[in-house]
Amino acid sequence: MKSTLLLNLVAIGLVLSVGGVGCRKKPTGVTNIPNQRLAHVPEVGTLPPIESEMPDGFDGGQNTGEILTPIIDPSTRSNWEQDSDVFKVHTVHFAFDSSAVRSSDKAHVAAVAEYLKANAIAAVRVEGHCDERGTEEYNRALGERRALAIRDELIRLGVDASRVETISFGEDRPVNPDQTEEAFRQNRRGEFILLSPPQ
Amino acid sequence: MKRFLCSAIAGGALLILGSIQNASGQIDIDVTVKGPGRVPPIWLSMSGITGEAAEVLQFDLFVQGFAFTNAENAQYLISGSANGNLQARAVDAVNKSQLVSKIYSGASLRRQAHAFADDFVEALGRKGIAKTKIAYKAAKGQNSEIFVADFDGFNQQAVTADNTIVAAPAWAPGKFGLCFLSYKLGNPAIFYQDLASGTRTKVAYYGGSSISPAVSFDGRRVAMILSKGGSPDVYVSDLDGSNLKRLTSTKQAESSPCWTPDGQWICFATEINGRRALAKVPANGGSVQIVPTPGFLNPSEPEYSPDGKWLAFTSQMRTFRICVVPTSGGPVTELIEGEDPSWAPNSRTLVFTRRQAGGRRGLSLLDVPTKQVKDVTRISGNSSQPSWAK
Repeated sequence: MKSTLLLNLVAIGLVLSVGGVGCRKKPTGVTNIPNQRLAHVPEVGTLPPIESEMPDGFDGGQNTGEILTPIIDPSTRSNWEQDSDVFKVHTVHFAFDSSAVRSSDKAHVAAVAEYLKANAIAAVRVEGHCDERGTEEYNRALGERRALAIRDELIRLGVDASRVETISFGEDRPVNPDQTEEAFRQNRRGEFILLSPPQ
Repeated sequence: MKRFLCSAIAGGALLILGSIQNASGQIDIDVTVKGPGRVPPIWLSMSGITGEAAEVLQFDLFVQGFAFTNAENAQYLISGSANGNLQARAVDAVNKSQLVSKIYSGASLRRQAHAFADDFVEALGRKGIAKTKIAYKAAKGQNSEIFVADFDGFNQQAVTADNTIVAAPAWAPGKFGLCFLSYKLGNPAIFYQDLASGTRTKVAYYGGSSISPAVSFDGRRVAMILSKGGSPDVYVSDLDGSNLKRLTSTKQAESSPCWTPDGQWICFATEINGRRALAKVPANGGSVQIVPTPGFLNPSEPEYSPDGKWLAFTSQMRTFRICVVPTSGGPVTELIEGEDPSWAPNSRTLVFTRRQAGGRRGLSLLDVPTKQVKDVTRISGNSSQPSWAK
């Protein structure tokens, strides 16, 4: 055993020294590769507390002069009850790559507006969704644009802006996973979630 | 470093070129002369190295613009053995000079082979990428989480376990950390996670949707899309979320911001006069300017190369195409079908998403000058939105 080990060491030494002969730019050496690991995945509970909304520092940029209505801090209603069934029949649908609320859908938005005006303590969250035919971050922004277009219509109909929240799911929550035009049409939508204060 | 035009790589041509090499023995073709996607590969031969070490070298070097052939037609000769530890040499076939000769030890044979790939590439004056990492979004049913892996897809590790939609990873250049969005709090919010400690801090959590983070090249600031003002607009803040500043205020949706390497501009996708376009705005505020992408419609997901010379983006016209346009302006070059490119630190290799039959998404690597491409098959399942650590 020992002599074999010694022979191996001698062999390695020979290789190292042989490698050191001849014209070359860099010396032969032994390069050690360190390992690198990520830390363990943290638990959700380690998230820091949510701070209140920061002030806008709007400084230049392309101000088109259109009215943009800020959205309330989401922690305001974080413990409210959510009902996604009551307004299901009023889901709004959109044309490809568009966030315009079509006249055929205005009655649906109006129905939700009427409910909110008759139930002063309720609020609503509008969810914007896309079909998969777009890049992912573009679709996430487009879904938000769709939710905001519906929100703008609710505000126009007299609902206070503070009662309408928005959220985009981009293309991540299709109602129909098929890759057909009909499935895509169903997925390009805005849904209403009724928010009620905890009892 | 001087660069010379080079025609077909044949023995005779090599001899001619041998007499006009620059001092370091390197022949390289400037992509700005021939055009992206039109540069022939640099030819190598490899002997003696087999098995996993050979696979690693073939993969690593192919996506950096090298290709393998027999010894007579090769510009560089790689030889060695991989019995236990890797011993490898790289020799310039023309002037016979030795570029690298090393024995590696420690870690795994894969890691040793990656190290040799870097040593060879760096001996030619280039930046190596064989030890770099990528982050990406991996679908988990209706949810998704962020993973980090070696750029070739090995050593995958989960960064999040939020059990919701987690998406849009963006490395903080120079740091071992990344930003991403997560729906864990309900509305999508942007976080920064230090990968060494696992500590996560909140960057943006507001009304509406906070999405699409991009960290500046100095690792200090984040550009993002926030809709809290009533429309998805471009904002910037420090990495901890302080000093928030709004840069656009339009009814249209802005999306996918990215930084120029000098930190002066933020480029993003928007809509101008009814047409989707790329635009840029000064990072400290100012007027929005259009970034032309002549002939290529519906651009999105832009990213600047680290050397500042190229803007890669996705154009959607019937299919998705990975395109590049010079930062200084000029023609767009379409490279390959795919979307959502991210540059390697060498400013020539891209990682991007490719959709396969049935809608499944996978990651692939593209060498822009040669258009050589490899799928990252090691990452299975539905994976997308890659971000290359820089």
